[in-house]
Amino acid sequence: MTMMRYAEALNAALREEMQRDPAVFMFGEDIGRYGGVFKVSKGLMDEFGEERIRDTPISEQSMTAMAVSAAMTGTRPILEIMFADFMPLTLDALVNQASVFSYLWEDQVEIPFVLRTQGGGGAGTGAQHAKTLDALVAHVPGIKVVAPVTPADAKGLLKSAIRDSQPVVILEHKLLYNMRGEVPDGVDELVPIGKAKIVKPGNDITILATSKMVLEAEAAAKQLEKDGIDAEVIDLRSLRPLDIGAIKTSVAKTNHAVVVNEGWTFGGYSAELSATIMDHCFDDLDAPVERVAMPDMAVPYSEPLELAVLPNAEKIAAAARRALV
Amino acid sequence: MKNAPSIEEQKEIHYKMVLTRRLEETLGDLVKAGKTRGPLHRCDGQEAVGVAACAALTIKDYACTTHRGHHVYIGKGMDPRRIIAEIMGRETGYCKGRGGHMLLGDVSTGMLGGNAIVGAGIPAATGMAMSIQLLKQDRVAMAVFGDGAAQTGICHESMNIAGLWKLPVIFLLENNQYGLTVRQEVQSPIPDLYTRAAGYGMPGEVVDGNDAVAVYRVVAKAAERARRGEGPTLIEAKTYRMAGFSTSDMGGYQTEEEMKPWLKRDPIKLSAAVLAKLIGKDEITEIDKAATEEMKQAFEVALADPLPKFEIHAPSSAYSEATQ
Repeated sequence: MTMMRYAEALNAALREEMQRDPAVFMFGEDIGRYGGVFKVSKGLMDEFGEERIRDTPISEQSMTAMAVSAAMTGTRPILEIMFADFMPLTLDALVNQASVFSYLWEDQVEIPFVLRTQGGGGAGTGAQHAKTLDALVAHVPGIKVVAPVTPADAKGLLKSAIRDSQPVVILEHKLLYNMRGEVPDGVDELVPIGKAKIVKPGNDITILATSKMVLEAEAAAKQLEKDGIDAEVIDLRSLRPLDIGAIKTSVAKTNHAVVVNEGWTFGGYSAELSATIMDHCFDDLDAPVERVAMPDMAVPYSEPLELAVLPNAEKIAAAARRALV
Repeated sequence: MKNAPSIEEQKEIHYKMVLTRRLEETLGDLVKAGKTRGPLHRCDGQEAVGVAACAALTIKDYACTTHRGHHVYIGKGMDPRRIIAEIMGRETGYCKGRGGHMLLGDVSTGMLGGNAIVGAGIPAATGMAMSIQLLKQDRVAMAVFGDGAAQTGICHESMNIAGLWKLPVIFLLENNQYGLTVRQEVQSPIPDLYTRAAGYGMPGEVVDGNDAVAVYRVVAKAAERARRGEGPTLIEAKTYRMAGFSTSDMGGYQTEEEMKPWLKRDPIKLSAAVLAKLIGKDEITEIDKAATEEMKQAFEVALADPLPKFEIHAPSSAYSEATQ
């Protein structure tokens, strides 16, 4: 094990996979000489050169489509989209190209393409640089979506994504890059895509959370403990494909569920989780599923305003108490 | 590689253009008989662009095309029977009936796709060229796209990147004068779109898109340049869409007066006139007959092929384990 920051864990994954496979390359805005706005690709241009670590013009639409066709023709592109808020620019390539041709040309091509981006609020970045938008991509058949919270999962999931034969979107969070944690050593230490993780076992209520909301859910579980409530916190890690087995097992035990996601509420990822639990666990539920997500409005800038819209431990604990009334 | 087609190559180009025309005509008959599904976009009048451009490439080179791409499918060497099978939704089609006539792909001939999102082929070929450059392969990629696609934002982004990185890509702008019903002069402030190449640091060429030999020559030159590592070329091939936008097109906006001179310059007639001087009229008649016969047989076989059976596509699933 090595103690490292989340950004360093991602950097290690990129370096190891590029050393392992010469078909892996990365392109994106400011990722080369500067090392990335969040320093995830620091030092990689020096090691791998300007061909395999490419600084690009500001052309998200074209670059995403280029990554899809490059992946079909023998390379394994990693594209960095600086903010998840720019994901709408990538959508034609994901929705109308990658998703479509992975089904239509299934016997002929693989599309081993990774799109890295980061989202989330809490850093005062304003309405066009603070969103989550995970539901936009998790909606698309044939695209995998992962959202690691710990440095170990960041490294292991990114490595799995790079080795996957399907397009994978990895959603990082801007407030996680400096978080530290133990990361297993070894080039082939992977975290499988599609497996959730129980971060705190419990018997009274299931709290399903994504990305940084897992940390808020853990804090909520500590608050609930003081009230004698034993919450189980599950880090979904993989938004698509979703580990339905882990959800069913937990809800069958606790009979209550809270879903937590930083994206918008209406039509959001929390809405899908809520519907999934109703589809698969209805008979196990003793109370309606509680949702904690962002209100349906643009993310405001000023600190008290931004903090007011973000889900947090207090809101999650309150939702759990409502479910258990 | 030389820049002019040999007589044998010219004969093959002519053969494939006739093959394409017979494909379009027979499909037109099937539409009238109510035997097809969905819209069909015929490329009558544009055969020289797709067929002759592909003739100037090798089977290893990549090409992608538009919703109106039958000439590129045939030009790149795809099997007519399996093209027809896909268009008719059969199990034996290139996408097992999943795609339809606009979305065919065939890795074995380097035909990486028709595409029904206007402009999407432009970054697709650019991305293939990025792969070729990274893997240091002896290949080029070609995007065939229309005057409508030339007005998209993604066209600008892709050409800028291709020029910047000197990617081995050929941008073949097939100017058939129309984006659906809207004439090119209503979509662009300039009549000659190839002049935009200057803004991307690449050569811009214009060619008579109904002259197969001229198309071959200009594409061969662009391919040589790309193979030398000198980067992309933008080629504008001026042609004309003779059979309307699609089978759902009510028409009325392409006037007879406008069409007349283009019909006289039908690319197959022009090719026959050029070839007649080299091989004589009799051999051209033989080529026409053979192509017509091959397409007739391809339709017979494909139409007898089975329809596909539906299966859930597991890799697209939202869950990591099967749900009941």
